[in-house]
Amino acid sequence: MEETSLYELTVPARFENLALIGDFISGVARRAGFDEKGVFNLQLACDEACTNVIEHAYGGGPGQIHIAVTVYPDRIQMEIHDTGRPFDPTTVRMPDLEAPLERRETGGLGLHFMRSIMDEVRFEFGECGNRLTMVKRRTP
Amino acid sequence: MEIEVKQLKRASLVKVSGRVDSSNAPDLEKALKELMEQGQFRIVVDMSGLNFISSAGLRVLISAAKTCRRWNRGDVYLAALPQHIMETFELAGLTRVFKIFPDTVEAVGNL
Repeated sequence: MEETSLYELTVPARFENLALIGDFISGVARRAGFDEKGVFNLQLACDEACTNVIEHAYGGGPGQIHIAVTVYPDRIQMEIHDTGRPFDPTTVRMPDLEAPLERRETGGLGLHFMRSIMDEVRFEFGECGNRLTMVKRRTP
Repeated sequence: MEIEVKQLKRASLVKVSGRVDSSNAPDLEKALKELMEQGQFRIVVDMSGLNFISSAGLRVLISAAKTCRRWNRGDVYLAALPQHIMETFELAGLTRVFKIFPDTVEAVGNL
């Protein structure tokens, strides 16, 4: 039976660390055997999630982002934890992907990417902070 | 991210390379704004060297295209999108609203 591997990264919640987070996710996803499209998409989903944490949960102020990536035989799971303000995804209006450019609103794309790329996207808020869990199953 | 701007006869050519995320999307925005402030509204963006773009980068391009298209004075034309970048545009429903060309020669030739 294949084993489960856990990879973790904790970084200050700053935009300048997004590239480092991207390298971390890409490295783990590649090692887990995802193809380049899968690697790119996992990086995109994580970038959007961490951007939300920096922008909304911490509002640009100080804080830490903790990322735990667990590789299972059949899936990869990214957990992103912060101790900022809770983020209610239901308040984000989904972008109208059919609208002409002139009427495109620029919000909501990040969450749309996360939901389209990942098989599961779960937000939890508690006394210990906010936890976002995203799961991508391997395609057989 | 690296940005190179070149003035052509009929358009400005902006080559964006590397990674565009929330940390540097404002720099791309600034470069495009500078062009528009100089009255350059026909902007070809060469994406051949781009290896990552998040929604922050897409927002900058959407907003610049909106400004350029006002009064039919121009547009933001996208050229040479690597496959994963093209797929990101598809995911965002943006391949229908941007004019996308296989390379910069074709983009400039079609202005």
